[in-house]
Amino acid sequence: MTPTQVTARITYRIVPVKHWARWIAAIATAAVLLWIVASFAGAQIDWPTVGEYFTFPAIVSGMGITVVLTVVSMLIGIALGVLVAVMRLSSNPVVSGIAWIYVWFFRGTPVYLQLLLWFNIALVFPVVGIPGLIEGRTVDVVSPFVAAILGLGLNQGAYTSEVVRAGILSVDEGQGEAAKALGLPGTATMRTVVLPQAMRVILPPIGNETIGMLKTTSLASAIGASEVLNEAQHVYLVNNMIMELLIVSGIWYLLAVSVLSVIQYYVERRFAKGSSSKALPLTPWQKVVWFFTSRRSVA
Amino acid sequence: MSIQPLVQLEGITKSFGPNDVLKGVDLEVSSGEVVCILGPSGSGKSTLLRCINFIEQPTSGLVFVGDEVIGHRRTEDPEVLQQVHENAIARQRSEIGMVFQRFNLFPHMTVLENITHAPRLVRGHSAAAANEAAMTLLEKVGLADRATAYPRQLSGGQQQRVAIARALAMEPRLMLFDEPTSALDPELVGEVLKVMQELAAGGLTMIVVTHEIGFAREVADRVVFMDGGVIVEQGSPSEVIDNPQNPRTRAFLSRVLK
Repeated sequence: MTPTQVTARITYRIVPVKHWARWIAAIATAAVLLWIVASFAGAQIDWPTVGEYFTFPAIVSGMGITVVLTVVSMLIGIALGVLVAVMRLSSNPVVSGIAWIYVWFFRGTPVYLQLLLWFNIALVFPVVGIPGLIEGRTVDVVSPFVAAILGLGLNQGAYTSEVVRAGILSVDEGQGEAAKALGLPGTATMRTVVLPQAMRVILPPIGNETIGMLKTTSLASAIGASEVLNEAQHVYLVNNMIMELLIVSGIWYLLAVSVLSVIQYYVERRFAKGSSSKALPLTPWQKVVWFFTSRRSVA
Repeated sequence: MSIQPLVQLEGITKSFGPNDVLKGVDLEVSSGEVVCILGPSGSGKSTLLRCINFIEQPTSGLVFVGDEVIGHRRTEDPEVLQQVHENAIARQRSEIGMVFQRFNLFPHMTVLENITHAPRLVRGHSAAAANEAAMTLLEKVGLADRATAYPRQLSGGQQQRVAIARALAMEPRLMLFDEPTSALDPELVGEVLKVMQELAAGGLTMIVVTHEIGFAREVADRVVFMDGGVIVEQGSPSEVIDNPQNPRTRAFLSRVLK
Protein backbone atom coordinates (compact mmCIF):
# COMPACT_ATOMS: atom_id res chain seq x y z
CA MET A 1 0.00 0.00 0.00
CA THR A 2 1.40 3.33 -1.05
CA PRO A 3 0.49 6.36 1.04
CA THR A 4 -2.47 8.29 -0.32
CA GLN A 5 -1.30 10.88 -2.78
CA VAL A 6 -2.52 14.34 -1.93
CA THR A 7 -3.68 16.18 -5.03
CA ALA A 8 -5.56 19.44 -5.37
CA ARG A 9 -9.18 18.79 -6.31
CA ILE A 10 -10.28 20.32 -9.59
CA THR A 11 -13.47 22.33 -9.46
CA TYR A 12 -15.18 21.22 -12.66
CA ARG A 13 -17.47 23.47 -14.60
CA ILE A 14 -20.48 21.46 -15.86
CA VAL A 15 -21.62 22.35 -19.37
CA PRO A 16 -25.31 21.40 -19.91
CA VAL A 17 -26.35 19.57 -23.06
CA LYS A 18 -27.51 21.97 -25.76
CA HIS A 19 -30.87 21.02 -27.25
CA TRP A 20 -30.37 22.52 -30.72
CA ALA A 21 -33.03 20.35 -32.37
CA ARG A 22 -35.65 21.52 -29.87
CA TRP A 23 -34.93 25.13 -30.62
CA ILE A 24 -35.08 24.60 -34.38
CA ALA A 25 -38.35 22.67 -34.05
CA ALA A 26 -39.86 25.30 -31.77
CA ILE A 27 -38.97 28.15 -34.13
CA ALA A 28 -40.27 26.27 -37.18
CA THR A 29 -43.52 25.42 -35.38
CA ALA A 30 -44.00 29.00 -34.24
CA ALA A 31 -43.47 30.23 -37.79
CA VAL A 32 -46.04 27.83 -39.24
CA LEU A 33 -48.58 28.68 -36.50
CA LEU A 34 -48.04 32.39 -37.09
CA TRP A 35 -48.62 31.89 -40.81
CA ILE A 36 -51.87 29.94 -40.22
CA VAL A 37 -53.18 32.50 -37.71
CA ALA A 38 -52.25 35.34 -40.09
CA SER A 39 -54.04 33.57 -42.95
CA PHE A 40 -57.22 33.16 -40.93
CA ALA A 41 -57.00 36.74 -39.62
CA GLY A 42 -56.44 38.10 -43.13
CA ALA A 43 -59.14 35.92 -44.74
CA GLN A 44 -62.67 37.09 -45.26
CA ILE A 45 -63.79 35.79 -41.86
CA ASP A 46 -66.18 37.90 -39.89
CA TRP A 47 -65.11 37.13 -36.29
CA PRO A 48 -68.01 38.98 -34.62
CA THR A 49 -70.33 36.60 -36.56
CA VAL A 50 -68.47 33.64 -35.04
CA GLY A 51 -69.14 35.03 -31.56
CA GLU A 52 -72.75 35.77 -32.40
CA TYR A 53 -73.55 32.29 -33.77
CA PHE A 54 -71.69 30.51 -30.99
CA THR A 55 -74.79 30.75 -28.78
CA PHE A 56 -77.33 30.69 -31.63
CA PRO A 57 -80.30 28.52 -30.41
CA ALA A 58 -80.17 26.10 -33.37
CA ILE A 59 -76.42 25.59 -32.88
CA VAL A 60 -76.74 25.07 -29.11
CA SER A 61 -79.62 22.62 -29.50
CA GLY A 62 -77.66 20.89 -32.28
CA MET A 63 -74.75 20.54 -29.87
CA GLY A 64 -77.18 19.11 -27.32
CA ILE A 65 -78.26 16.48 -29.86
CA THR A 66 -74.60 15.72 -30.61
CA VAL A 67 -73.88 15.14 -26.92
CA VAL A 68 -77.01 13.01 -26.41
CA LEU A 69 -76.20 10.94 -29.53
CA THR A 70 -72.64 10.44 -28.24
CA VAL A 71 -73.64 9.44 -24.73
CA VAL A 72 -76.52 7.13 -25.71
CA SER A 73 -74.60 5.47 -28.57
CA MET A 74 -71.59 4.90 -26.32
CA LEU A 75 -73.76 3.45 -23.54
CA ILE A 76 -75.35 1.04 -26.03
CA GLY A 77 -71.91 0.35 -27.51
CA ILE A 78 -70.30 -0.43 -24.14
CA ALA A 79 -73.22 -2.57 -22.92
CA LEU A 80 -73.18 -4.54 -26.18
CA GLY A 81 -69.40 -4.60 -26.20
CA VAL A 82 -69.14 -6.22 -22.77
CA LEU A 83 -71.91 -8.70 -23.61
CA VAL A 84 -70.41 -9.66 -26.97
CA ALA A 85 -66.87 -9.91 -25.54
CA VAL A 86 -68.05 -12.31 -22.84
CA MET A 87 -70.03 -14.25 -25.46
CA ARG A 88 -66.98 -14.39 -27.71
CA LEU A 89 -64.93 -15.98 -24.90
CA SER A 90 -67.69 -18.44 -23.99
CA SER A 91 -67.02 -22.15 -24.31
CA ASN A 92 -70.46 -22.54 -25.89
CA PRO A 93 -69.78 -22.64 -29.67
CA VAL A 94 -73.25 -21.28 -30.58
CA VAL A 95 -72.86 -18.27 -28.31
CA SER A 96 -69.32 -17.44 -29.41
CA GLY A 97 -70.35 -17.97 -33.05
CA ILE A 98 -73.16 -15.42 -32.77
CA ALA A 99 -70.72 -12.93 -31.24
CA TRP A 100 -68.23 -13.54 -34.03
CA ILE A 101 -70.85 -12.95 -36.73
CA TYR A 102 -72.00 -9.72 -35.04
CA VAL A 103 -68.47 -8.33 -34.93
CA TRP A 104 -67.79 -9.52 -38.47
CA PHE A 105 -70.84 -7.71 -39.88
CA PHE A 106 -70.75 -4.44 -37.97
CA ARG A 107 -67.01 -4.02 -38.22
CA GLY A 108 -66.98 -5.08 -41.84
CA THR A 109 -69.31 -2.41 -43.24
CA PRO A 110 -68.89 1.40 -43.16
CA VAL A 111 -70.80 3.13 -40.37
CA TYR A 112 -72.19 5.51 -43.00
CA LEU A 113 -73.77 2.55 -44.82
CA GLN A 114 -75.17 1.25 -41.51
CA LEU A 115 -76.76 4.64 -40.78
CA LEU A 116 -78.44 4.62 -44.20
CA LEU A 117 -79.52 1.02 -43.62
CA TRP A 118 -81.26 1.81 -40.32
CA PHE A 119 -82.80 4.97 -41.74
CA ASN A 120 -84.35 2.94 -44.57
CA ILE A 121 -85.12 -0.17 -42.53
CA ALA A 122 -88.86 0.36 -43.21
CA LEU A 123 -88.18 -1.01 -46.70
CA VAL A 124 -87.47 -4.41 -45.10
CA PHE A 125 -89.67 -4.30 -41.98
CA PRO A 126 -92.65 -2.02 -42.72
CA VAL A 127 -94.18 -2.71 -39.28
CA VAL A 128 -92.46 -3.03 -35.90
CA GLY A 129 -93.71 -4.19 -32.51
CA ILE A 130 -95.28 -7.24 -30.93
CA PRO A 131 -98.12 -8.46 -33.18
CA GLY A 132 -101.51 -7.87 -31.51
CA LEU A 133 -100.04 -5.84 -28.65
CA ILE A 134 -98.10 -2.81 -29.77
CA GLU A 135 -97.53 -2.19 -33.42
CA GLY A 136 -96.39 0.82 -35.36
CA ARG A 137 -95.29 1.79 -38.82
CA THR A 138 -91.52 1.60 -38.93
CA VAL A 139 -91.32 4.98 -40.71
CA ASP A 140 -92.92 6.62 -37.66
CA VAL A 141 -90.81 4.78 -35.09
CA VAL A 142 -87.39 5.03 -36.71
CA SER A 143 -86.82 8.78 -36.83
CA PRO A 144 -83.43 10.10 -37.98
CA PHE A 145 -82.47 10.35 -34.29
CA VAL A 146 -83.46 6.72 -33.56
CA ALA A 147 -81.75 5.52 -36.75
CA ALA A 148 -78.60 7.40 -35.74
CA ILE A 149 -78.57 5.84 -32.27
CA LEU A 150 -79.15 2.35 -33.66
CA GLY A 151 -76.48 2.75 -36.33
CA LEU A 152 -73.83 4.35 -34.12
CA GLY A 153 -74.52 2.18 -31.04
CA LEU A 154 -74.52 -1.15 -32.86
CA ASN A 155 -71.40 -0.26 -34.81
CA GLN A 156 -69.68 0.88 -31.63
CA GLY A 157 -70.62 -2.37 -29.87
CA ALA A 158 -68.59 -4.35 -32.40
CA TYR A 159 -65.46 -2.26 -31.82
CA THR A 160 -65.92 -2.04 -28.04
CA SER A 161 -66.31 -5.81 -27.78
CA GLU A 162 -62.80 -6.24 -29.15
CA VAL A 163 -61.46 -3.68 -26.67
CA VAL A 164 -63.23 -5.44 -23.79
CA ARG A 165 -62.03 -8.85 -25.00
CA ALA A 166 -58.44 -7.57 -25.01
CA GLY A 167 -59.00 -6.28 -21.47
CA ILE A 168 -60.37 -9.61 -20.25
CA LEU A 169 -57.50 -11.52 -21.85
CA SER A 170 -55.01 -9.18 -20.16
CA VAL A 171 -56.12 -10.31 -16.69
CA ASP A 172 -53.93 -13.07 -15.25
CA GLU A 173 -55.54 -16.53 -15.50
CA GLY A 174 -54.78 -17.09 -11.83
CA GLN A 175 -57.40 -14.48 -10.92
CA GLY A 176 -60.22 -16.46 -12.48
CA GLU A 177 -58.86 -19.67 -10.96
CA ALA A 178 -58.70 -18.13 -7.47
CA ALA A 179 -62.29 -16.91 -7.78
CA LYS A 180 -63.38 -20.33 -9.04
CA ALA A 181 -61.59 -22.08 -6.19
CA LEU A 182 -63.47 -19.89 -3.70
CA GLY A 183 -66.73 -21.13 -5.21
CA LEU A 184 -67.71 -17.97 -7.08
CA PRO A 185 -70.05 -18.67 -10.01
CA GLY A 186 -68.85 -17.65 -13.49
CA THR A 187 -70.91 -14.46 -13.71
CA ALA A 188 -69.77 -13.23 -10.29
CA THR A 189 -66.16 -14.02 -11.21
CA MET A 190 -66.48 -11.97 -14.39
CA ARG A 191 -68.33 -9.08 -12.75
CA THR A 192 -66.39 -8.71 -9.51
CA VAL A 193 -62.91 -10.08 -10.25
CA VAL A 194 -62.03 -10.07 -13.95
CA LEU A 195 -63.83 -7.01 -15.38
CA PRO A 196 -62.74 -4.53 -12.66
CA GLN A 197 -59.13 -5.48 -13.42
CA ALA A 198 -59.70 -5.45 -17.18
CA MET A 199 -60.95 -1.86 -16.85
CA ARG A 200 -57.37 -0.56 -16.61
CA VAL A 201 -56.72 -1.87 -20.10
CA ILE A 202 -60.21 -1.10 -21.44
CA LEU A 203 -60.59 2.53 -20.35
CA PRO A 204 -57.95 4.36 -22.42
CA PRO A 205 -59.24 2.98 -25.75
CA ILE A 206 -62.86 3.54 -24.62
CA GLY A 207 -61.97 7.19 -23.95
CA ASN A 208 -60.46 7.31 -27.40
CA GLU A 209 -63.58 5.79 -28.94
CA THR A 210 -65.91 8.16 -27.04
CA ILE A 211 -64.03 11.11 -28.48
CA GLY A 212 -64.17 9.44 -31.89
CA MET A 213 -67.91 8.91 -31.43
CA LEU A 214 -68.46 12.60 -30.62
CA LYS A 215 -67.13 13.43 -34.07
CA THR A 216 -68.65 10.43 -35.88
CA THR A 217 -72.11 11.69 -34.85
CA SER A 218 -71.61 14.34 -37.55
CA LEU A 219 -72.22 11.53 -40.08
CA ALA A 220 -75.80 11.44 -38.79
CA SER A 221 -76.36 14.70 -40.65
CA ALA A 222 -76.48 12.49 -43.76
CA ILE A 223 -79.78 11.01 -42.56
CA GLY A 224 -81.05 14.35 -41.34
CA ALA A 225 -80.45 14.07 -37.60
CA SER A 226 -80.27 17.66 -36.37
CA GLU A 227 -76.84 17.48 -34.70
CA VAL A 228 -74.54 20.49 -34.55
CA LEU A 229 -72.85 20.19 -37.94
CA ASN A 230 -76.18 19.65 -39.67
CA GLU A 231 -77.53 22.80 -37.95
CA ALA A 232 -74.43 24.79 -38.93
CA GLN A 233 -74.91 23.72 -42.55
CA HIS A 234 -78.55 24.79 -42.43
CA VAL A 235 -77.50 28.20 -41.18
CA TYR A 236 -74.71 28.80 -43.68
CA LEU A 237 -76.84 27.67 -46.61
CA VAL A 238 -79.07 30.63 -45.70
CA ASN A 239 -76.55 33.32 -44.73
CA ASN A 240 -73.48 32.05 -46.67
CA MET A 241 -71.19 32.50 -43.64
CA ILE A 242 -69.52 29.13 -44.35
CA MET A 243 -66.16 29.52 -42.60
CA GLU A 244 -67.70 31.31 -39.62
CA LEU A 245 -70.17 28.53 -38.89
CA LEU A 246 -67.60 25.78 -39.41
CA ILE A 247 -65.38 27.57 -36.87
CA VAL A 248 -68.34 27.79 -34.47
CA SER A 249 -68.95 24.03 -34.67
CA GLY A 250 -65.22 23.36 -34.45
CA ILE A 251 -64.97 25.31 -31.19
CA TRP A 252 -67.97 23.40 -29.79
CA TYR A 253 -66.38 20.05 -30.68
CA LEU A 254 -63.07 21.07 -29.08
CA LEU A 255 -64.90 22.18 -25.93
CA ALA A 256 -66.78 18.88 -25.66
CA VAL A 257 -63.62 16.83 -26.28
CA SER A 258 -61.82 18.81 -23.55
CA VAL A 259 -64.59 17.97 -21.07
CA LEU A 260 -64.46 14.29 -22.11
CA SER A 261 -60.69 14.20 -21.58
CA VAL A 262 -61.11 15.47 -18.02
CA ILE A 263 -63.82 12.87 -17.33
CA GLN A 264 -61.56 10.14 -18.76
CA TYR A 265 -58.74 11.20 -16.44
CA TYR A 266 -60.88 10.84 -13.34
CA VAL A 267 -62.54 7.57 -14.41
CA GLU A 268 -59.13 6.00 -15.10
CA ARG A 269 -57.97 7.15 -11.68
CA ARG A 270 -60.98 5.51 -10.07
CA PHE A 271 -59.99 2.13 -11.51
CA ALA A 272 -56.28 2.52 -10.68
CA LYS A 273 -57.04 1.35 -7.11
CA GLY A 274 -54.44 -1.12 -5.86
CA SER A 275 -52.53 -1.09 -9.16
CA SER A 276 -49.38 0.33 -7.61
CA SER A 277 -47.61 -0.02 -4.29
CA LYS A 278 -47.39 3.78 -4.14
CA ALA A 279 -50.20 6.24 -3.45
CA LEU A 280 -51.91 7.79 -6.50
CA PRO A 281 -50.32 11.06 -7.69
CA LEU A 282 -52.25 14.28 -6.99
CA THR A 283 -54.78 15.39 -9.59
CA PRO A 284 -54.03 18.74 -11.28
CA TRP A 285 -56.81 20.29 -9.19
CA GLN A 286 -55.39 18.84 -5.95
CA LYS A 287 -52.00 20.27 -6.99
CA VAL A 288 -53.55 23.73 -7.39
CA VAL A 289 -55.25 23.48 -3.99
CA TRP A 290 -52.05 22.19 -2.41
CA PHE A 291 -50.04 25.03 -4.02
CA PHE A 292 -52.25 27.74 -2.53
CA THR A 293 -52.90 26.21 0.88
CA SER A 294 -49.28 25.31 1.51
CA ARG A 295 -48.15 28.82 0.47
CA ARG A 296 -50.64 30.41 2.82
CA SER A 297 -49.58 28.31 5.75
CA VAL A 298 -45.96 29.32 5.18
CA ALA A 299 -46.79 33.03 4.98
CA MET B 1 -59.76 -41.20 12.26
CA SER B 2 -63.02 -42.18 10.62
CA ILE B 3 -63.25 -45.30 8.50
CA GLN B 4 -64.75 -43.52 5.52
CA PRO B 5 -62.02 -41.32 3.97
CA LEU B 6 -62.84 -37.63 3.47
CA VAL B 7 -61.20 -37.56 0.04
CA GLN B 8 -61.13 -40.46 -2.36
CA LEU B 9 -59.59 -40.25 -5.83
CA GLU B 10 -60.43 -43.13 -8.17
CA GLY B 11 -58.43 -43.69 -11.33
CA ILE B 12 -57.79 -40.04 -12.12
CA THR B 13 -56.31 -39.44 -15.56
CA LYS B 14 -55.70 -36.13 -17.27
CA SER B 15 -54.48 -35.50 -20.81
CA PHE B 16 -53.70 -32.19 -22.43
CA GLY B 17 -54.00 -33.10 -26.11
CA PRO B 18 -51.52 -35.91 -26.75
CA ASN B 19 -49.80 -35.23 -23.42
CA ASP B 20 -50.85 -37.70 -20.68
CA VAL B 21 -50.08 -35.86 -17.44
CA LEU B 22 -51.93 -38.17 -15.05
CA LYS B 23 -52.05 -41.88 -15.85
CA GLY B 24 -54.47 -43.25 -13.27
CA VAL B 25 -54.10 -42.02 -9.70
CA ASP B 26 -55.87 -43.53 -6.67
CA LEU B 27 -55.54 -41.75 -3.36
CA GLU B 28 -57.44 -41.69 -0.09
CA VAL B 29 -57.13 -38.98 2.53
CA SER B 30 -58.77 -39.29 5.94
CA SER B 31 -60.36 -36.45 7.82
CA GLY B 32 -57.71 -34.47 9.72
CA GLU B 33 -54.86 -36.03 7.79
CA VAL B 34 -52.02 -33.98 6.29
CA VAL B 35 -50.72 -35.44 3.04
CA CYS B 36 -47.67 -34.00 1.31
CA ILE B 37 -47.18 -34.77 -2.37
CA LEU B 38 -43.56 -34.71 -3.53
CA GLY B 39 -42.13 -35.30 -6.96
CA PRO B 40 -40.02 -33.82 -9.73
CA SER B 41 -41.52 -31.02 -11.84
CA GLY B 42 -43.73 -32.42 -14.58
CA SER B 43 -44.66 -35.42 -12.45
CA GLY B 44 -48.33 -34.30 -12.46
CA LYS B 45 -48.60 -33.41 -8.77
CA SER B 46 -50.01 -29.90 -9.33
CA THR B 47 -52.41 -31.19 -11.98
CA LEU B 48 -53.64 -33.86 -9.56
CA LEU B 49 -54.30 -31.18 -6.93
CA ARG B 50 -56.20 -29.05 -9.48
CA CYS B 51 -58.29 -32.07 -10.45
CA ILE B 52 -59.54 -32.46 -6.88
CA ASN B 53 -61.58 -29.23 -7.04
CA PHE B 54 -62.18 -29.46 -10.79
CA ILE B 55 -60.17 -26.29 -11.59
CA GLU B 56 -58.90 -28.85 -14.06
CA GLN B 57 -61.49 -31.40 -15.13
CA PRO B 58 -60.06 -34.93 -15.07
CA THR B 59 -60.15 -36.76 -18.39
CA SER B 60 -61.45 -39.79 -16.50
CA GLY B 61 -61.84 -40.93 -12.93
CA LEU B 62 -63.87 -39.75 -9.97
CA VAL B 63 -63.25 -37.41 -7.06
CA PHE B 64 -65.20 -38.05 -3.86
CA VAL B 65 -65.07 -35.39 -1.14
CA GLY B 66 -67.34 -36.22 1.80
CA ASP B 67 -70.74 -37.15 0.35
CA GLU B 68 -70.14 -35.23 -2.85
CA VAL B 69 -68.88 -36.53 -6.16
CA ILE B 70 -67.15 -33.45 -7.57
CA GLY B 71 -68.60 -32.39 -10.93
CA HIS B 72 -71.47 -34.84 -10.54
CA ARG B 73 -74.75 -35.40 -8.76
CA ARG B 74 -75.94 -38.72 -7.42
CA THR B 75 -79.19 -39.99 -8.90
CA GLU B 76 -81.89 -42.37 -7.69
CA ASP B 77 -80.07 -45.15 -9.45
CA PRO B 78 -76.97 -45.71 -7.26
CA GLU B 79 -75.00 -46.69 -10.34
CA VAL B 80 -75.72 -43.49 -12.30
CA LEU B 81 -73.99 -40.14 -11.80
CA GLN B 82 -75.34 -37.01 -13.46
CA GLN B 83 -72.73 -34.48 -14.63
CA VAL B 84 -73.60 -31.00 -13.37
CA HIS B 85 -73.20 -27.45 -14.69
CA GLU B 86 -70.42 -25.06 -13.73
CA ASN B 87 -72.48 -23.23 -11.09
CA ALA B 88 -73.20 -26.48 -9.24
CA ILE B 89 -69.49 -27.31 -9.34
CA ALA B 90 -68.85 -23.83 -7.92
CA ARG B 91 -71.01 -24.76 -4.92
CA GLN B 92 -68.97 -27.92 -4.41
CA ARG B 93 -65.71 -25.97 -4.71
CA SER B 94 -66.77 -23.53 -2.00
CA GLU B 95 -66.23 -26.40 0.51
CA ILE B 96 -62.64 -26.89 -0.66
CA GLY B 97 -60.02 -24.22 -0.01
CA MET B 98 -57.09 -23.70 -2.34
CA VAL B 99 -53.83 -21.80 -1.97
CA PHE B 100 -51.81 -21.07 -5.10
CA GLN B 101 -48.11 -20.79 -5.80
CA ARG B 102 -48.55 -17.22 -7.07
CA PHE B 103 -50.99 -16.18 -4.29
CA ASN B 104 -53.59 -14.87 -6.81
CA LEU B 105 -54.98 -12.28 -4.43
CA PHE B 106 -57.39 -9.85 -6.05
CA PRO B 107 -55.19 -6.75 -6.57
CA HIS B 108 -58.10 -4.30 -6.80
CA MET B 109 -59.40 -5.23 -3.34
CA THR B 110 -57.93 -4.55 0.09
CA VAL B 111 -56.77 -7.44 2.27
CA LEU B 112 -60.08 -7.37 4.14
CA GLU B 113 -62.14 -7.26 0.93
CA ASN B 114 -60.14 -10.19 -0.46
CA ILE B 115 -61.09 -12.29 2.54
CA THR B 116 -64.74 -11.23 2.85
CA HIS B 117 -65.56 -11.29 -0.87
CA ALA B 118 -66.54 -14.95 -1.24
CA PRO B 119 -68.24 -15.35 2.18
CA ARG B 120 -70.45 -12.38 1.32
CA LEU B 121 -71.12 -13.26 -2.31
CA VAL B 122 -71.34 -17.04 -2.10
CA ARG B 123 -72.55 -17.59 1.46
CA GLY B 124 -74.54 -14.37 1.74
CA HIS B 125 -72.91 -13.32 5.01
CA SER B 126 -73.49 -9.75 6.15
CA ALA B 127 -70.63 -7.27 5.84
CA ALA B 128 -70.31 -7.02 9.62
CA ALA B 129 -70.22 -10.78 10.19
CA ALA B 130 -67.78 -11.33 7.31
CA ASN B 131 -65.48 -8.53 8.53
CA GLU B 132 -65.45 -9.92 12.05
CA ALA B 133 -64.61 -13.42 10.85
CA ALA B 134 -61.94 -12.00 8.53
CA MET B 135 -60.28 -10.06 11.34
CA THR B 136 -60.12 -13.21 13.47
CA LEU B 137 -58.43 -15.02 10.59
CA LEU B 138 -56.03 -12.12 9.99
CA GLU B 139 -55.03 -12.29 13.63
CA LYS B 140 -54.43 -16.01 13.23
CA VAL B 141 -52.01 -15.39 10.35
CA GLY B 142 -50.48 -12.38 12.13
CA LEU B 143 -51.65 -9.65 9.73
CA ALA B 144 -54.49 -7.90 11.59
CA ASP B 145 -52.70 -4.56 11.15
CA ARG B 146 -52.67 -4.85 7.33
CA ALA B 147 -56.44 -5.22 6.80
CA THR B 148 -56.76 -2.03 4.74
CA ALA B 149 -53.61 -2.55 2.65
CA TYR B 150 -53.73 -3.59 -0.99
CA PRO B 151 -51.94 -6.84 -1.96
CA ARG B 152 -49.21 -4.98 -3.89
CA GLN B 153 -48.23 -3.21 -0.68
CA LEU B 154 -47.40 -6.54 1.01
CA SER B 155 -44.40 -8.84 0.84
CA GLY B 156 -44.78 -12.24 -0.82
CA GLY B 157 -44.95 -14.00 2.52
CA GLN B 158 -47.64 -11.64 3.77
CA GLN B 159 -49.62 -12.08 0.54
CA GLN B 160 -49.52 -15.84 0.88
CA ARG B 161 -50.70 -15.63 4.48
CA VAL B 162 -53.62 -13.43 3.35
CA ALA B 163 -54.37 -16.00 0.63
CA ILE B 164 -54.51 -18.72 3.29
CA ALA B 165 -56.87 -16.57 5.39
CA ARG B 166 -59.02 -15.96 2.29
CA ALA B 167 -59.37 -19.69 1.68
CA LEU B 168 -60.10 -20.39 5.38
CA ALA B 169 -62.84 -17.76 5.41
CA MET B 170 -65.07 -20.19 3.49
CA GLU B 171 -64.63 -22.69 6.34
CA PRO B 172 -63.50 -25.47 4.01
CA ARG B 173 -63.33 -29.06 5.16
CA LEU B 174 -60.33 -29.64 2.95
CA MET B 175 -57.44 -27.36 2.02
CA LEU B 176 -55.31 -27.78 -1.09
CA PHE B 177 -51.88 -26.10 -1.19
CA ASP B 178 -50.18 -25.88 -4.59
CA GLU B 179 -46.49 -25.22 -3.94
CA PRO B 180 -47.36 -22.41 -1.53
CA THR B 181 -43.76 -21.36 -0.85
CA SER B 182 -42.18 -21.83 -4.30
CA ALA B 183 -42.61 -18.19 -5.34
CA LEU B 184 -41.26 -16.77 -2.09
CA ASP B 185 -37.87 -15.34 -1.20
CA PRO B 186 -36.05 -17.87 1.02
CA GLU B 187 -36.30 -15.72 4.15
CA LEU B 188 -40.12 -15.50 3.79
CA VAL B 189 -40.76 -19.26 3.46
CA GLY B 190 -40.69 -19.83 7.22
CA GLU B 191 -43.59 -17.51 8.10
CA VAL B 192 -45.91 -19.28 5.63
CA LEU B 193 -44.87 -22.77 6.72
CA LYS B 194 -45.44 -21.78 10.33
CA VAL B 195 -49.06 -20.82 9.58
CA MET B 196 -49.57 -24.09 7.71
CA GLN B 197 -48.07 -26.05 10.59
CA GLU B 198 -50.53 -24.40 12.99
CA LEU B 199 -53.42 -25.32 10.71
CA ALA B 200 -52.24 -28.91 10.58
CA ALA B 201 -51.98 -29.00 14.37
CA GLY B 202 -55.55 -27.65 14.51
CA GLY B 203 -56.82 -30.77 12.73
CA LEU B 204 -57.47 -29.34 9.26
CA THR B 205 -57.38 -31.86 6.41
CA MET B 206 -54.63 -30.71 4.05
CA ILE B 207 -53.16 -31.91 0.78
CA VAL B 208 -49.91 -30.08 0.13
CA VAL B 209 -47.87 -30.16 -3.06
CA THR B 210 -44.46 -28.95 -1.99
CA HIS B 211 -40.71 -29.02 -2.44
CA GLU B 212 -40.12 -28.36 1.26
CA ILE B 213 -38.83 -31.76 2.38
CA GLY B 214 -38.29 -30.46 5.91
CA PHE B 215 -41.93 -29.41 6.20
CA ALA B 216 -43.12 -32.76 4.81
CA ARG B 217 -40.96 -34.67 7.27
CA GLU B 218 -42.15 -32.64 10.24
CA VAL B 219 -45.82 -31.99 9.52
CA ALA B 220 -47.11 -34.66 7.12
CA ASP B 221 -48.94 -37.73 8.36
CA ARG B 222 -48.25 -39.30 5.02
CA VAL B 223 -45.94 -38.52 2.12
CA VAL B 224 -46.89 -39.39 -1.45
CA PHE B 225 -44.17 -39.50 -4.10
CA MET B 226 -45.30 -38.97 -7.70
CA ASP B 227 -43.39 -39.38 -10.94
CA GLY B 228 -44.53 -39.68 -14.56
CA GLY B 229 -48.20 -39.15 -13.71
CA VAL B 230 -48.53 -41.98 -11.20
CA ILE B 231 -47.98 -42.47 -7.46
CA VAL B 232 -44.69 -44.30 -7.14
CA GLU B 233 -44.50 -44.67 -3.40
CA GLN B 234 -46.35 -43.55 -0.29
CA GLY B 235 -46.11 -43.92 3.43
CA SER B 236 -45.09 -42.16 6.60
CA PRO B 237 -42.41 -39.44 6.25
CA SER B 238 -39.84 -41.67 7.88
CA GLU B 239 -40.59 -44.46 5.41
CA VAL B 240 -40.65 -42.39 2.22
CA ILE B 241 -38.13 -39.65 2.98
CA ASP B 242 -35.63 -41.44 5.18
CA ASN B 243 -35.89 -44.94 3.79
CA PRO B 244 -37.27 -44.81 0.24
CA GLN B 245 -37.79 -48.18 -1.47
CA ASN B 246 -38.33 -47.07 -5.06
CA PRO B 247 -35.21 -46.11 -7.09
CA ARG B 248 -37.03 -43.08 -8.57
CA THR B 249 -37.87 -41.77 -5.11
CA ARG B 250 -34.27 -42.32 -4.07
CA ALA B 251 -32.92 -40.48 -7.11
CA PHE B 252 -35.27 -37.52 -6.53
CA LEU B 253 -34.52 -37.25 -2.82
CA SER B 254 -30.78 -37.50 -3.33
CA ARG B 255 -31.07 -34.54 -5.73
CA VAL B 256 -33.18 -32.29 -3.48
CA LEU B 257 -31.57 -33.20 -0.15
CA LYS B 258 -28.06 -32.44 -1.42
